[in-house]
Amino acid sequence: MKRYFKDIWDSFYTIAIGMGVTFRHLFRKSVTIQYPDIKPELTERARNRLYVNMDDCIGCDQCSKACPVNCITIETVKAVPPDDLGVTSTGNPKRLWVTKFDIDIAKCCYCGLCVYPCPTECIKMTDVYEFSEFDRHNLVYNYSTMTPSEVEEAKGKFEKWQADKAAAKKSSTEKKKEGSEKPKAKQQESGEGKRSDSPEDKKSES
Amino acid sequence: MVETLEQFLPHPLLAIIMHAALPMVIVFPYVLFAVWLERKVSAHMQDRLGPMRTGGWHGWSQTIADMIKMIQKEDIVPSRSDKFLFKFAPFLAFMGAYAAFAVIPFSSEYIGAHLDVGAFYILAVTSVVTLSILMAGWASNNKWSLLGAMRTSAQIVSYEVPTVVAVLSVIVATGTLNLMTISEMQTGTIFNWLIFSNPFLLIAFVLYFISSLAEVNRTPFDLPESESELVGGFQTEYSGMRWGMFMLTEYADMLLVSLLGSVLFFGAWNSPFGDFMSGPVWGVFWMVSKGMFFIFVMMWLRWTLPRLRVDQLMDVCWKYLIPIAFINLVLVALWEMLF
Ligand code: SF4
Ligand code: SF4
Repeated sequence: MKRYFKDIWDSFYTIAIGMGVTFRHLFRKSVTIQYPDIKPELTERARNRLYVNMDDCIGCDQCSKACPVNCITIETVKAVPPDDLGVTSTGNPKRLWVTKFDIDIAKCCYCGLCVYPCPTECIKMTDVYEFSEFDRHNLVYNYSTMTPSEVEEAKGKFEKWQADKAAAKKSSTEKKKEGSEKPKAKQQESGEGKRSDSPEDKKSES
Repeated sequence: MVETLEQFLPHPLLAIIMHAALPMVIVFPYVLFAVWLERKVSAHMQDRLGPMRTGGWHGWSQTIADMIKMIQKEDIVPSRSDKFLFKFAPFLAFMGAYAAFAVIPFSSEYIGAHLDVGAFYILAVTSVVTLSILMAGWASNNKWSLLGAMRTSAQIVSYEVPTVVAVLSVIVATGTLNLMTISEMQTGTIFNWLIFSNPFLLIAFVLYFISSLAEVNRTPFDLPESESELVGGFQTEYSGMRWGMFMLTEYADMLLVSLLGSVLFFGAWNSPFGDFMSGPVWGVFWMVSKGMFFIFVMMWLRWTLPRLRVDQLMDVCWKYLIPIAFINLVLVALWEMLF
């Protein structure tokens, strides 16, 4: 019988305590942030949208290789003698035209792995996180600063330079009267850099 | 009141319809407000904000938008259900809840029907809601719904007993079933209210409040719905405005038991300050604010307590509420005899 009344007392007592707790919370400041009006402050090293400083990019393709989801596409063309691309702010000489530098940010998982290998520290993560789009294709960001005509020009120069070189080689070999095996191999070697571009070139042409 | 209306309106029937629709003027805006309030109260108790955008100030028009959305929704009726019962149940539920407002004295001048058996009528007519819940559960042809409906009937039949006994205590003290007479008896200051007139009526009120929570299926007694275990109980298969009708019924029921509680124990439409701020219009104000206070307490309880288990539910009713209610009834009667 004593237990019976104690139970009743306990239930009222505990409910009163619980109600006290909820009542106090009723007037506590809410933790909700009214997002579009008030933006949360991000931590200093928050990883959001990528940014590439093209002035510093040497087109080394390290970031693209590091990316686990292959969302960075880089194409380069070798710069030939009369053109000097200068050096980056970190002092690395630039030797390649970066004709294409696309990041498919829709695929990006913000792991930041592309940031670490960059020798010139030109690819980095910013705190921009509002970049939704209605069309998925708009999320492919083109960072390359070169216009299509500039790209053509760079390619043309490279091809010309290559042809000149091959011709020079040929004439020199003809002079030396050696077998035709060697220059052919050399030509293939120098064509290597171009080969990676060629499928894309065809695509853009078609 | 009907007579006054008849003077303005061309046809007596129109006056009667107007008269009958008057509680709707309170009930409908109240439901919209209470749903919004519930969201706000629950949100702030959990340190959230709740609806903030619709309509500007603290999302005040969120429920209006929700209602419009619900009306626009497709009316889905499960193909294997009992079509007629399925469609009819929500309306019957609201009918039951609304019919009870007929005998609630909203003000000294307005009561739907001057019934001498007002209290009895309310207890009888609210049982229709149980019936409709059972109907909905059965007609849905769905296990969850049926289980929810069964639980409801078990729960409401059990809790009807302490409710009735608690109401009976008031009847014993006042000697009338007419709610208007009961309200008139409490005129004067706060000390004339029945809850202060007799110490055992305070206990009766606590009993009434607990068991009325169970009657309207509010947490901690919301087993018929129990979202987390029965998907939604009897309303699992309902969507759109039919579901909205059940929601409307739930909130109308809450208002009903709160108003009845304030009529029986807290002086109905009487101002707590005697003649100050009293009158027919103030009466509506006092009545509604007393009702809203109890509704707030119900929400407060809902966001404080977890749901009871079925056996605990029955324990609370049969082992605690009912014996105490009966003993209390005898004590109320003794007190009334002695003083
Ligand atoms: S952050 Fe990760 S996923 Fe995104 S581009 Fe860099 S390496 Fe790829
Ligand atoms: S690692 Fe840096 S420098 Fe190299 S391609 Fe990527 S962004 Fe350019």
